[in-house]
Amino acid sequence: MNALLFNSTLVIYAVVTAVYLIYLLKPKESLGKTALWLTLAGFLVHCGFTLNRFIEAGHTPITNLHESLSFFSLSVVGIFLLLERRYKISILGSFMMPVALLIMAISASFSTIIPPLNPALKSKWLAVHTIMAFLGYAAFAISFGVSIMYLIQSHFLKTRRLGSMFQKLPSLDILDDISYRCLTFGFPLLTFAIISGAIWAETAWGTYWSWDPKETWSLITWFIYAALLHGRLTTGWRGRKAAMLSIFGFVIMLFTFLGVNLLLPGLHSYK
Amino acid sequence: MNIIVVGLSHKTAAVEIREKVAFSPTQMEKPLNALVALPDITEAVIVSTCNRVELYATTRDVAGGMARLKRFLAEYHNFPLETLEKHLYSYHGEEATRHVFRVASSLDSMVVGEPQILGQIKTSYGYAAEFKSSGVILNRFLHKAFSVAKRVRTETKIASSAVSVAFAAVELAKKIFGELSDKTVLLIGAGEMCELAAKHFINVGVRGVMVTNRTYERAEKLAEEFDAKPVHFEALMDHLPKADIILSSTGAPHFIIHEKDMEDVLRRRKLKPMFFIDIAVPRDIDPKVNDVENCYLYTVDDLNGVVATNLEQRKIEAAKAEAIVEQEIGQFFKWLSSLDVTPTIVALRSHFDEIRKAELAKTLSNWKDLPPGAEKKMEALTNAIMNKLLHHPTSLLKRTDQGSRNDLYVDALRHLFDLETPEQQEGMMELED
Repeated sequence: MNALLFNSTLVIYAVVTAVYLIYLLKPKESLGKTALWLTLAGFLVHCGFTLNRFIEAGHTPITNLHESLSFFSLSVVGIFLLLERRYKISILGSFMMPVALLIMAISASFSTIIPPLNPALKSKWLAVHTIMAFLGYAAFAISFGVSIMYLIQSHFLKTRRLGSMFQKLPSLDILDDISYRCLTFGFPLLTFAIISGAIWAETAWGTYWSWDPKETWSLITWFIYAALLHGRLTTGWRGRKAAMLSIFGFVIMLFTFLGVNLLLPGLHSYK
Repeated sequence: MNIIVVGLSHKTAAVEIREKVAFSPTQMEKPLNALVALPDITEAVIVSTCNRVELYATTRDVAGGMARLKRFLAEYHNFPLETLEKHLYSYHGEEATRHVFRVASSLDSMVVGEPQILGQIKTSYGYAAEFKSSGVILNRFLHKAFSVAKRVRTETKIASSAVSVAFAAVELAKKIFGELSDKTVLLIGAGEMCELAAKHFINVGVRGVMVTNRTYERAEKLAEEFDAKPVHFEALMDHLPKADIILSSTGAPHFIIHEKDMEDVLRRRKLKPMFFIDIAVPRDIDPKVNDVENCYLYTVDDLNGVVATNLEQRKIEAAKAEAIVEQEIGQFFKWLSSLDVTPTIVALRSHFDEIRKAELAKTLSNWKDLPPGAEKKMEALTNAIMNKLLHHPTSLLKRTDQGSRNDLYVDALRHLFDLETPEQQEGMMELED
């Protein structure tokens, strides 16, 4: 059942991504609508998978890379659907669904078996810490996608390449606004994830902070986003500069999440 | 009954000719009445805009009707027919239908896709309806043209892109700022195109407008016109940070806004984007300003380029629109041909005959001990009743001297007795929405 739901989600996302990419090149409104309904269907199946996994495992299914990446992808699609409802920008899907698909594809490459839970993870903090962290990550992922859209649109405007993709991309102002909202949504979540992680660490290992690679890199990520938000609020960083920093922040965040887990040994590695 | 069109447009006649034969919109009653009083002209509609003057009419005599319309146009305006004739085009039947559908869909306009023409035709039709010069055929003809235009508008992107420099500037500004309602426009200098662009920005509802000019009095005068704030030219750099959209068209021989000033300007406005439109030749704004973060600079050539691309795009959409027009012509003709008298009489008779036969069969089958020969007598009786009933309507329809009334009767009969084929009914329903 798990495999069926997971694979169905993967297939639907692949189809959605294909439709969105065609939509990017072809000026046909119906394509965007089709893709959106398919995304919603994929999201529901994905929710089904997550719920089923929760019931089978008996705990929040964010304890290994397969589960975490799947939940990350689910959060990206969920926030995308919320934004689509609010802003009605179909083309956002052309940038976000490939990201969601990619995360799912990486997730598929990891073991799908439900291992017995590591004693350290047996805590109510598991759900709080991980869900907040991944929702925060997802918000940053959206900000990343929107920032890429911003750079493309800004490039079109500067170079006067005003083709059909230019017409479809929303205004710089809206892109900047969405990116900013995602940051203000994701940053507190990341902050609370780090704080709850520290509290959890104290109860599990007896120390709030042990400078393991994950903790260190989380702090680096946190500082980057803090700097970006601070810059936006005080000196009014916006536009290309903010977009580039948001992209940079996301790359660092990915490293914090994947690179650290896979490359650097530490308490957070899923091995 | 045939539809004929006689007229002239920006494609066939210069404005000097067009204005001489134009009809005043406030005095439509007289020419419309004169038109339907012409021999063999049964219905008429006059479309008169600054780009075209066209007479639509129905007639049984195509060649004669066209000649009458041409002569009417010349005589009504006291314009020599010989001079006018070479500017006139005339269509009938399918060509006339195609022409009107294209005109209403704005495919025949100077700027293809411009939306005004449909409204103008609707107004013209309104006069014809008011003064009762249009009847069954032209009513349906024009309603069909409106629905074709609506289809073209919803199914193609013929009118979706800006095709004038001023509109292109507004569209670009929307792509940068999204909403323009909280944006401020700064007008530098007083070029004609600049003023036009400023008017467009005011129309879409910018928050404020500032005007500056080397001579302050001129700035004040312009500011009054736009309900704007005049600003001293010397204080330009102080006001620049307050402006989101800058329209410049001074006669200055050198740049008045330099790249090196921009850093300070942007810092003062917290890096909020700026959109510069430089319409002046020689240019007012250093092209390097475009390289500055969050600054977007367009010259008049750039805007012309945008307009040219959009026009190119419209051509593609226009081809789709033409295809829609072709589809709809066929449908309209199916209806028009249904107005022929003979097939209607045949359809009417067979409709009655079917009912008669069915009822007769029902009665006879229930009748047990029928005397011999009674069946024949009943047959003859019902036939005679039917013929009596149909005699007057049939002979009325066969009369050829009553012009558009005939079409009205045919149309009414087809409706009253449900004589349409399913295809025609479908076409009719589309017309009604």
